[in-house]
Amino acid sequence: MEAYIEIKNLSKHYGDIKAVDDLSMQVMPGDIYGFLGPNGSGKSTTIRMLLSLIRPTSGQIFLFGKDLAVDRYQTLSRVGALIEKPDFYNYLPARKNLEILGKLSSVQNLKFRIDEVLDLVGLLPRAHSSVRTFSLGMKQRLGIAQALLHKPDLIILDEPTNGLDPQGQKEIRDLVKTLSQENNITIVISSHVLFEIEQIANRMVIINKGKALVEGNVHDLINGDDRQVTYVVDNSENVRHIIPGTIWEKRFQKSSPDRVWFKITKDEIPVLTAFLIEKEIKIFAIEPVRSLEDFFLHLTENVEIN
Amino acid sequence: MWKLINIELYKIFTKPRTYIGFGAIFVIITAIEIGIKIKGDDMFAMILENLSDKFIFEGKLINMYGVGYVILNTLWIHVPILVALVTGDLLAGEANGGTFRIILTRPVSRVKLIISKFLAGWVYTLMLIIFMILLSALWGVVLFGPGDLLVMTTKVSIIGSDDLIWRFATAYGYGFLCMTTVATMSYMLSAMSDNSIGPIIGTIALIIGITVVSTVGASLLEPVLPYFFTTYLQSWQKFFNTEFTFSLVAHDILIQLIYIFAFFFITLFYFRKKDILT
Repeated sequence: MEAYIEIKNLSKHYGDIKAVDDLSMQVMPGDIYGFLGPNGSGKSTTIRMLLSLIRPTSGQIFLFGKDLAVDRYQTLSRVGALIEKPDFYNYLPARKNLEILGKLSSVQNLKFRIDEVLDLVGLLPRAHSSVRTFSLGMKQRLGIAQALLHKPDLIILDEPTNGLDPQGQKEIRDLVKTLSQENNITIVISSHVLFEIEQIANRMVIINKGKALVEGNVHDLINGDDRQVTYVVDNSENVRHIIPGTIWEKRFQKSSPDRVWFKITKDEIPVLTAFLIEKEIKIFAIEPVRSLEDFFLHLTENVEIN
Repeated sequence: MWKLINIELYKIFTKPRTYIGFGAIFVIITAIEIGIKIKGDDMFAMILENLSDKFIFEGKLINMYGVGYVILNTLWIHVPILVALVTGDLLAGEANGGTFRIILTRPVSRVKLIISKFLAGWVYTLMLIIFMILLSALWGVVLFGPGDLLVMTTKVSIIGSDDLIWRFATAYGYGFLCMTTVATMSYMLSAMSDNSIGPIIGTIALIIGITVVSTVGASLLEPVLPYFFTTYLQSWQKFFNTEFTFSLVAHDILIQLIYIFAFFFITLFYFRKKDILT
């Protein structure tokens, strides 16, 4: 199967600053692809290069198997995008904004299609309202509507939940899932929020300082063999006394007066718990530190896996 | 291409700031016309005081053509500001508003976008000039009526009313060419900026600055003055020369055209490679 997005050794330098540094990644059809990294890691620069808003310093971008530098017109007609905050012609109504953008994309049956996408994002009743009267959440939904207008095969959403309240964030996440499941659209979603990617993406890349640190299946990364588990206990000293010479000695990570951290597999959690109870350790809570979060924090602290 | 031009025209003419230009011209022309209607006789008497010993003036010197000539003199100071107000915003406004992100991620050629925005800005400039002509003519007919035109430059000429229409038409045509140069310069600055204020102020500053420096330090700038387009902004007056020939303005038109093409191609070259970071 041909990748919808294939980036090869992409770099963007501003003088001495390497905003994106030798980045390679692949997005396959049907993916909800998470593009995860802390603020300033190069996510937006990469996305802008993907959409030809910024010229790469070096490297290649292929969309639907075609070189973006050569077939920009054809490839972009199959892509919808919402980059950072949703900006529109504020002095015009939502419908007029979509009319302009629909004409630029040569959308057929434009009026009908506008109704369709406005309905999908729940803005049909406000179609004739000026965009300047919209809340950020409504603008974000209008941003998704404009991205969907020309029935793209691929949608790129750059931090689409930024600035939204929890309810608004959930609405956007649900909308993204619906688009993927019901409309069979491939989605790339960037975020600096791990939870968000974890909730909706099936594959992801973590980048930091412009470099790809790891790419893979979200489920595999979360449910990897090694996971850190925190045991909240009455006295961690008691635990430290009983583990020498047992298999848990090697699993032990660190401790604080009332907490002990072990790096164990999912299956080992009940075994270790039973062992501690048998040794009369009072356990108040067991808190798994999700491996992805651990992974993310670890990786973005200047550690490079690749 | 036609689709893009239509979209750009729609955007210009639905934007409130566009009508500031038309409103300003309405206020200025109306004020001039009414002012001359009320105080014109005193003003002309003062101007012609030295000549009245030697000449006998008959007929209406204060007429629609005379007032039209005064307006032509006055408005070339204001019109560049009103032109820059819209053309300086054409590209910088999109950058500032973040809307480049939604239009340039569509299958639209940057070259076509630059051409269509320029043409839309050009149409706005034309509309502004046409509005100025129509309003000036309308007030002139209503308040004054026709008559001969008294032109005082280094000499005094009187041009008959039957010989004036083509002179006003060509003078306005030349004025439109000059305003196209101003619009293109403002457009070029707009491509280089992510904020509309810069191109608008920049255009005004350049025109006023060069004009002031040209006047105050004329001797200092004498070798380069012929190459500034601002030197020729007042050349519309040549169309009211009683012995007018095209050769009188050919060089001035050529300079304006060279500037228009230079500014436009710099814009095109620059914007094609511009990174959209806003």
